Amino acid sequence: MGQIKLNQVTKSFGDVQVIPPLDLTIGDGEFTVFVGPSGCGKSTLLRLIAGLEDITTGHIEIDGSDATDVPPAKRGLAMVFQSYALYPHMSVRKNIAFPMKMAGIDEDEQNRRIEGAAKALNLTDYLDRRPGQLSGGQRQRVAIGRAIVREPAAFLFDEPLSNLDAALRVGMRLEISELHERLKTTMIYVTHDQVEAMTMADKIVVLRAGVIEQVGSPLELYHSPRNEFVAGFIGSPKMNLISGAEAEKNGATTIGIRPEHTDVSMTDGMWKGVVGVAEHLGSDTFIHVHDTGLADMVTVRITGDIQAKHGDTIYLTPQMDKLHKFDAQGLRIE
Amino acid sequence: MARAVTQQRKIINTAAAWGVGLLIFFPILWTVLTSFKTEATAIADPPVFLAFDWTLENYSAVMERSNYARFLWNSIIIAGGSTILGIIVAVPAAWSMAFVPSNRTKDILLWMLSTKMLPAVGVLYPIYLICIKLGVLDSRGALVIILMLMNLPIIVWMLYTYFKEIPGEILEAARMDGATLKEEILYVLTPMAVPGIASTLLLNFILAWNEAFWTLNLTAANAAPLTAFIASYSSPEGLFFAKLSAASTMAIAPILILGWFSQKQLVSGLTFGAVK
Repeated sequence: MGQIKLNQVTKSFGDVQVIPPLDLTIGDGEFTVFVGPSGCGKSTLLRLIAGLEDITTGHIEIDGSDATDVPPAKRGLAMVFQSYALYPHMSVRKNIAFPMKMAGIDEDEQNRRIEGAAKALNLTDYLDRRPGQLSGGQRQRVAIGRAIVREPAAFLFDEPLSNLDAALRVGMRLEISELHERLKTTMIYVTHDQVEAMTMADKIVVLRAGVIEQVGSPLELYHSPRNEFVAGFIGSPKMNLISGAEAEKNGATTIGIRPEHTDVSMTDGMWKGVVGVAEHLGSDTFIHVHDTGLADMVTVRITGDIQAKHGDTIYLTPQMDKLHKFDAQGLRIE
Repeated sequence: MARAVTQQRKIINTAAAWGVGLLIFFPILWTVLTSFKTEATAIADPPVFLAFDWTLENYSAVMERSNYARFLWNSIIIAGGSTILGIIVAVPAAWSMAFVPSNRTKDILLWMLSTKMLPAVGVLYPIYLICIKLGVLDSRGALVIILMLMNLPIIVWMLYTYFKEIPGEILEAARMDGATLKEEILYVLTPMAVPGIASTLLLNFILAWNEAFWTLNLTAANAAPLTAFIASYSSPEGLFFAKLSAASTMAIAPILILGWFSQKQLVSGLTFGAVK
């Protein structure tokens, strides 16, 4: 019931085309994440689906029927905004009730759904407060509650966690994932944070300048990025991309090796370098290595701790079966 | 760090503020005082400030000569009607300019304001003729519409400034929640803009109440509001200062009382957006 299909959709602002012709199908019940750097058009794409922006050409299908010219109010979608966008003059209860009031749902049913949502989102004690009296996390939960009660065909999330502090973000991330498990409703989630994308998505859509670079499951993107951009964007710390003689030895223009796929030794190995900064996280250590002659800096990730100081000589050996190869166009060589 | 203010400085500032306040208020105070004097004391030279025989004779004379209640009622209808009508027209206009602006929005706003730069007398002749042709001279309805049109640029400008402060995402949220345009304006935008709308209402009510050009030129007996009531006491052949003052006091009293009770709204409205 919640399938969304974009067919040759484009969007221009004046003479500037921000979304070149784009095709995308989001399956019913799927948790899809649009991810990409700032200004890649991910929020615009979400707003096109929501109907808050008009598409320039192409078609949008929701639930099998053409929704291209359907106003946002009639698309049956619910949206959670980055700024929460709660109605400041209404109590939490009235905020959550608003979409149901607009839909003309009778009051008993409204109350039943409000109680249900409030219980699920830990808002029962706050129903009579105004949004201004709530913390950021609570406000975001109210926004989610307001979206849930409509029982929409799909949920749209526009960077919903970026206004929250780090600890809260992790908690809310889990709550949204659990919500998806429970409701099994289609969700489209926009973020610039690839960790959110990796942890939450069934399917990730990587965007750059309005173009879809790759669509796939988090692990597909991690293990076989289609091009250098996706390789560099997915994964933290970033994949090391190395071009030149070392790449040509492997029959590629550029090779990529993830920080966690490089073995480290203080005595011998394939590549020699000098330790720049070592970041000790306890569980892991990130070492930024200079003077390898390969790239400006190569980052490696080691489980546990290692005694490496600034200026120490260090040897790196990539795990050859984990090496990614790219051609002159930046595309993956299998 | 807060600026240090000495006690002496505080006293000087307070005294200066009171001085300026009294200076502004003095004409009104003088009018009120004069209204309690006899005609002879009113023009006494040197003027008498407080030490005179207080009398209510001017008020009873004014009440006897004119039908105050009818003037008052006309003022309420004209000021109230034009303000309410103005808000009804201006809310959608300000909404579109604030939330779906086009490249011409700024020009339109300036153009609207520019109509206020034209002296009203410049259009007196055509409007007078139109009123005659339509047979609406000396009617409250015509004044409601004319005053509404005169104040519309200010109403739209004020509302536009308030609406600009409301985040667009909240209106988008309402749209996503299934609200139609009407519901969006009625349930979300208007309640959020209540302080702004209230001060706009108030200011325009005051402007319309005090408007003396159109109300004097387009009315005779039927639709004449309090401005005409005052004017009827300033006769060229003989100056009855005390009665004129009594009439003025009766005309400004209602609006003064309204302004006094809503001064908090007014001040917050007029300085809205100054600090964010």
